[in-house]
Amino acid sequence: MAVSAPATEVLLPASREEAIEAFGDGAGVTVLAGGTILMPEIAEGRLRPGRTLLLVRAGLGGVHSGSSTIRIGATTTVAELAELGLEPLASAAANVADLEVRSQGTVGGNLCAPPGREFPRGDLQAPLLALAARVRSAGPGGERVDEVDSFLAGEGTGRLVLELELDGPPDAAAHAVLDRPHAHSYTPLAVAAAERDGVLRIAATGAAPRAVRLHAVESSRDASDALADADPQDDALASAWYRRKMLPVLVARVLADLKEAR
Amino acid sequence: MKLSVNGVERQLASSPLRPLLHVLRDELGITSPKAGCQQGGCGACTVLVEGEPRRSCLIPLAAVDGAEITTVEGLGAPESLSQVQAAFAAHYAAQCGFCTSGFLVAAHALVEREPEVTREGVLEALGGHVCRCTGYVKIVDAVLAAARGEVDVAAVEPDVEARPDQPEILVPGSPA
Repeated sequence: MAVSAPATEVLLPASREEAIEAFGDGAGVTVLAGGTILMPEIAEGRLRPGRTLLLVRAGLGGVHSGSSTIRIGATTTVAELAELGLEPLASAAANVADLEVRSQGTVGGNLCAPPGREFPRGDLQAPLLALAARVRSAGPGGERVDEVDSFLAGEGTGRLVLELELDGPPDAAAHAVLDRPHAHSYTPLAVAAAERDGVLRIAATGAAPRAVRLHAVESSRDASDALADADPQDDALASAWYRRKMLPVLVARVLADLKEAR
Repeated sequence: MKLSVNGVERQLASSPLRPLLHVLRDELGITSPKAGCQQGGCGACTVLVEGEPRRSCLIPLAAVDGAEITTVEGLGAPESLSQVQAAFAAHYAAQCGFCTSGFLVAAHALVEREPEVTREGVLEALGGHVCRCTGYVKIVDAVLAAARGEVDVAAVEPDVEARPDQPEILVPGSPA
């Protein structure tokens, strides 16, 4: 019996332009930035990448604060976001894993993280939803900007994230999370909210296979509506039953914090 | 590709996506970074990349081509221990030792970065390191003592036998 594996071709673009060109239409390309999600997959042989785009030298990191817009490069690390002071993103970032993993993992990778087999991934998706982030990406059809909602709903599949664009700090923000024991790196459940000009956006991590907006709560501001948009799952971190009990608690906490912050 | 490991330039033949952990252990025979969970969750594989603690199991070799890597061997030697190494010995902060090299390099970076660190700061900075002997109290005490410069390094006599030139165990993936 003959076994063959496609040879791995590793590309190391040295600029944003080179990264976009090397990504092309994205077909058959594996994008690797911080490596915190992909490396275990590769090391265990669950993923055998062919063409691999390493973004480490592509110059896609860094935060630029303009007068009305904050632009966050795709390879900005989670640790950098924790220091940014932009809530609820900073609190969510500070809650990711541990110091070393936060210093390696990137916001682009977190945004693109698929649900894990045994636990939720992509803790920053909920705060990015709450902040109504926009995602600039490259791929088929060239460069494009999507609302983070539609990017996560499928528009982003097969695209290379270049940067996130956010409006300045919201009028009020809040973040609540289930506390974890020492060295327990994963977030079972978290809720992020931001309010701007009287409009509330609230989203949850761990309340469904992916991050979800809690639309019913956004209009009613009533924590008892928390489960209307949720689809809690059993996984290695928590049972669906526990998540159903705790989601309204976290939502109530966030709503109370928002009221206080206003 | 090449790395500067503990100040020594090393040319490498490993494939570009091979985790730094396995490059160090298998190609270079440096087995102090431990292959624990191999998914970034236990801290045992931690090394310093350009002086900053990083999970070597999560870094493809190509991403650190040319970088300066420090493992626990680069912090000090038995006859000239670093502050954190001496503190670990003085405070009995190592039990089975599997987590120790990861703790030491991360603690070394922490103490350099933040000599005024508090107990809470140590817990936060080292929160990604698991000690399955649960020897956390002595580990945190040792790190605080090192940060405060309370350890008389010369007074610590590490109980070590002469080190062999070659690692004794060369089974890939072994906990040696």
